[in-house]
Amino acid sequence: MDYMKTKGRIFDIQRFSIHDGKGIRTIVFLKGCVLRCRWCCNPESQEYDIQTMTVQGKEKVIGEDTTVEAVMEIVEKDRPYYRRSGGGLTLSGGESLCQPDFAGALLKAAKERGMNTAMESMGCAPYEVIEGILPYLDQYLMDIKHTDPGKHKEFTGRTNELMLENAGKIADSGMTDLVIRVPVIPGFNDRADEIEAIAKFAAGLNGVKKMHLLPYHRLGQDKYDGLGREYLMKDVLPPTNEYMQMLQASAVRVSGLDCQIGG
Amino acid sequence: MGLYTYNSERIPKTGRIDRLIDHLFEKLPEIESARAVLLTESYKATENEPIIIRRAKAFEHILKNIPIIIRDEELIVGSTTIAPRGCQTYPEFSYEWLEAEFETVATRAADPFYISEEAKQDLREVHRYWKGKTTSELATAYMAPEAIRAIDHNIFTPGNYFYNGVGHVTVQYEKVLAVGYEGIIAEAEAELARCSVGDGDYAKRSHFLGAVIISCKAAITYAGRYARLAGEEADKCRDPQRKAELLKIAENCSRVPARGASGFYEACQSFWFVQQLLQIESSGHSISPGRFDQYMYPYYRKDIDEGRLTREFAQELMDCIWVKLNDLNKCRDAASAEGFAGYSLFQNLIAGGQNREGIDVTNDLSFMCIQASMHVMLPQPSFSVRVWNGTPHEFLVRAAELTRTGVGLPAYYNDEVIIPSLVSRGLTLAEAREYNIIGCVEPQKAGKTEGWHDAAFFNMCRPLELVFSNGADNGEQISIQTGNVEEMKTFEEFYDAYKAQMNYNISLLVNADNAIDVAHAERCPLPFLSCMVDDCVKRGKSVQEGGAVYNFTGPQGFGVANMADSLYAVKKLVFEEKKVSMADYKEALLTNYGKGLDPVTLSEMTVQIAEGLRASGAEVGEKEIAVILQSVKEASESPEVRAKGEKLLEMIEEVPKFGNDIPEVDAFARDVAYTYTRPLETFRNPRGGMYQAGLYPVSANVPLGAQTGATPDGRLARTPVADGVSPSAGKDVNGPTAAANSVSRLDHYIASNGTLFNQKFHPSALSGRDGLENFVALIRAYFDQKGSHMQFNVVSRETLLDAQKNPDKYKHLVVRVAGYSALFTTLSRSLQDDIINRTEQGF
Repeated sequence: MDYMKTKGRIFDIQRFSIHDGKGIRTIVFLKGCVLRCRWCCNPESQEYDIQTMTVQGKEKVIGEDTTVEAVMEIVEKDRPYYRRSGGGLTLSGGESLCQPDFAGALLKAAKERGMNTAMESMGCAPYEVIEGILPYLDQYLMDIKHTDPGKHKEFTGRTNELMLENAGKIADSGMTDLVIRVPVIPGFNDRADEIEAIAKFAAGLNGVKKMHLLPYHRLGQDKYDGLGREYLMKDVLPPTNEYMQMLQASAVRVSGLDCQIGG
Repeated sequence: MGLYTYNSERIPKTGRIDRLIDHLFEKLPEIESARAVLLTESYKATENEPIIIRRAKAFEHILKNIPIIIRDEELIVGSTTIAPRGCQTYPEFSYEWLEAEFETVATRAADPFYISEEAKQDLREVHRYWKGKTTSELATAYMAPEAIRAIDHNIFTPGNYFYNGVGHVTVQYEKVLAVGYEGIIAEAEAELARCSVGDGDYAKRSHFLGAVIISCKAAITYAGRYARLAGEEADKCRDPQRKAELLKIAENCSRVPARGASGFYEACQSFWFVQQLLQIESSGHSISPGRFDQYMYPYYRKDIDEGRLTREFAQELMDCIWVKLNDLNKCRDAASAEGFAGYSLFQNLIAGGQNREGIDVTNDLSFMCIQASMHVMLPQPSFSVRVWNGTPHEFLVRAAELTRTGVGLPAYYNDEVIIPSLVSRGLTLAEAREYNIIGCVEPQKAGKTEGWHDAAFFNMCRPLELVFSNGADNGEQISIQTGNVEEMKTFEEFYDAYKAQMNYNISLLVNADNAIDVAHAERCPLPFLSCMVDDCVKRGKSVQEGGAVYNFTGPQGFGVANMADSLYAVKKLVFEEKKVSMADYKEALLTNYGKGLDPVTLSEMTVQIAEGLRASGAEVGEKEIAVILQSVKEASESPEVRAKGEKLLEMIEEVPKFGNDIPEVDAFARDVAYTYTRPLETFRNPRGGMYQAGLYPVSANVPLGAQTGATPDGRLARTPVADGVSPSAGKDVNGPTAAANSVSRLDHYIASNGTLFNQKFHPSALSGRDGLENFVALIRAYFDQKGSHMQFNVVSRETLLDAQKNPDKYKHLVVRVAGYSALFTTLSRSLQDDIINRTEQGF
């Protein structure tokens, strides 16, 4: 039971999450990320270091060192809801793969207890790291933001080759239900041809049937102020419902995937 | 597997339903005087007769003469007032408040009613007769002085049954549907034939049975008037379709409720006369239709099977009944109107659940009940569904679709808690399985129970104030002395003082309720209602005199969350961590944590000080009083007091609160709830039944909170107390599952008069099929943990704020308020704010 003592750093646990995987879920947010997406709605997730953020006029410490055991104690509390809804544990971040031992141990702990598991991740880590986690992961909610490496680097700070390659390997492993998620960001990837390119890529992955289009929102804006950072997307408006439906239709047309708006 | 295979296919709404609704809501409801005038005429003519006969004759006189009307396009007829959504008055219970409010009733914030000058004149005339003759006056005469004093000091309020009839019952609709009132008359006559003039109970028994016969005949006469009216209107009608409808109505009313119903349409009309006439006999609300989908089903099934009825027409008839349930109305006194806001009559109608053998009996009509609520989108009936492990999933998903509309319906009830809870109160298992809900959340067995389910509101915060004041309120010793709070050495000593204050005041509540109970039995026994409740006819006495098989009294405690958080905060901060002294805590409460005192408290404190000075021989005139007032005000708002208050509030903020899934705090809350539920069980009522607690406030948590000073949980003076068993507003910060887990840790079995758990969701939490599935899972999981009841507001904060600003735009906006649905724009501003401020769950 050593894995129960595995240490890690989180910045939030959110119960009753119903838009990230099947059923009623508890999301554990791991701190630290490899990318620096301009639109990120959880900017406090990016740095691994513990930070202070101003929340509603008060200083709040962001980040907590904890153990699998302590996290699972909270995750266990909603077991009756998982049982009735088919829900369970979802890891999010940040990029959970930045803390691979901790992420793996959390997922293992959940599986050992008979819970459904999911992880939101960009797959931005050596494949060996991912491979170690897959046996404990029922659903991989994988972000693919763009197929063009240059544009990807410009907006997120890194190119996308490793992630696309990992997507293929994860799909080929057949060990998890791979779902492709696309944050739809105006001015970055919201042209129909850009979404279509991602859809085509997703459809080419072994066994992938589902794609989620997640419309850009500005709910994280205040957090940038709280961290003393400038929000670079101030003037960007969220896409309209009609526009999202148009993109959805385009994606379905070129890929034949089951494509939904929202998680 | 259920007993029936059901057809759940959706049925569209007809244009008639929208037009009926529009007509109903065209204008402000109106008070009419016809009933009061006829009642008084009859009473004057029967001065020396037995009360039960006087009641029956008055009922008969009213039904023979009250004006009747068939509204445009109605298929089900029977209106208590000429004006849509109007109300009659019931001076035999109380009347002084109405006369005092004649000039303000049309303009008050909660539930305004128009009243014409003629009606005022009629009622003034009539009221002269009633001086000294009402149930409320007799009740006061029966009450112990200390109970009256406790009521005056807002420890509890039995106002509902003090001012009004009792209602809160489900009668044997199925019996009227089967044998009609002619059948019941035959039964009463047979009982009468068995009486012998020499029997010891002959006088009462024979007159009761005589009164039943008079009342049933009156109901038949009333339906006959409608048959004639429909016939006359048919004669005049040029539209052939409407003419045919009116002729059918005439035929229905000439057959039912006199005889058993021969088909579904007649059954609907017969049901309606029962429902309406019960509310002409007495002003009690929460006359609950109960298991409509069960007792109507045989008539539906037979007609459908024999090809005499289409599902579409059956749905239209049910929709018409749903609209009619909103045609009935009641004017309450201004204070009660705040507590029961939303023109609600709490006519609870429940679908789904088990039969007496424990088999699920969800059927076509169960789904059509959901459909009807979906079609009319109105607060009545207070629609409920029963949930157990055998409930079809599809039924719950369909119910969740109704929840998602934001209409605040249905409420969900857990068979797995309620059935054993009722068995523990003496019901047989078979009867408990057939339970339905009365009013807000109160379970009972229909046709056998006089439950007095809404006997009083008991404010659990007030006894804690009495601990701090050693039993005094506003300078007057109104309760027992439990010692100087500042000298208490341990938390146990403090908690024992709270329990002692609770016990004493609960006994006063019982005294008050029992006095009112006796007054109803003596002055307003109800023969018509009683003939549809077992075993009144056999026993030869009314339900008010103990004729029902099961008798309970169920007063509601509220403020559980405030008391749990308050006592826990005192335990932690004063006794364990010793961060604050009891003296400082007491001062903070008196000064409202330095946040300024409201005018009421200020003047109370001034009077107290002035009287203290006078008692010590000083002369205190107007000038001195002004000085005292000013110094009290300054002292309570001094920078020092304010800083101390602020610091204490910060400390309290850090103490864990109920509603956040913290086992230690939740266990503590469970124990605190027992300070109300356990002592209450030991008391008996005059009908031979026991007391059982409920834990819900209807909407009284707002007005009664306004009578409550600051509490040790950091709640400021005069603000609302917590709603039902829900956590204090805004204190549950870990989301809906955490709140539900906490609430499920209370003992819902012992609160057998019902508990109420309210959650509010943003519509996005229920979007799509997945949203509905997750919502059903949330209910199922709360019920797995033995919660008893759950209800939901699904409406956005923006919508509510906009509705406050533009009430005209939202005339039909319904939200669920503590146990029932109400029209949001008719609620008082403070209650609207309370609903808006509740923590938004979900996203």
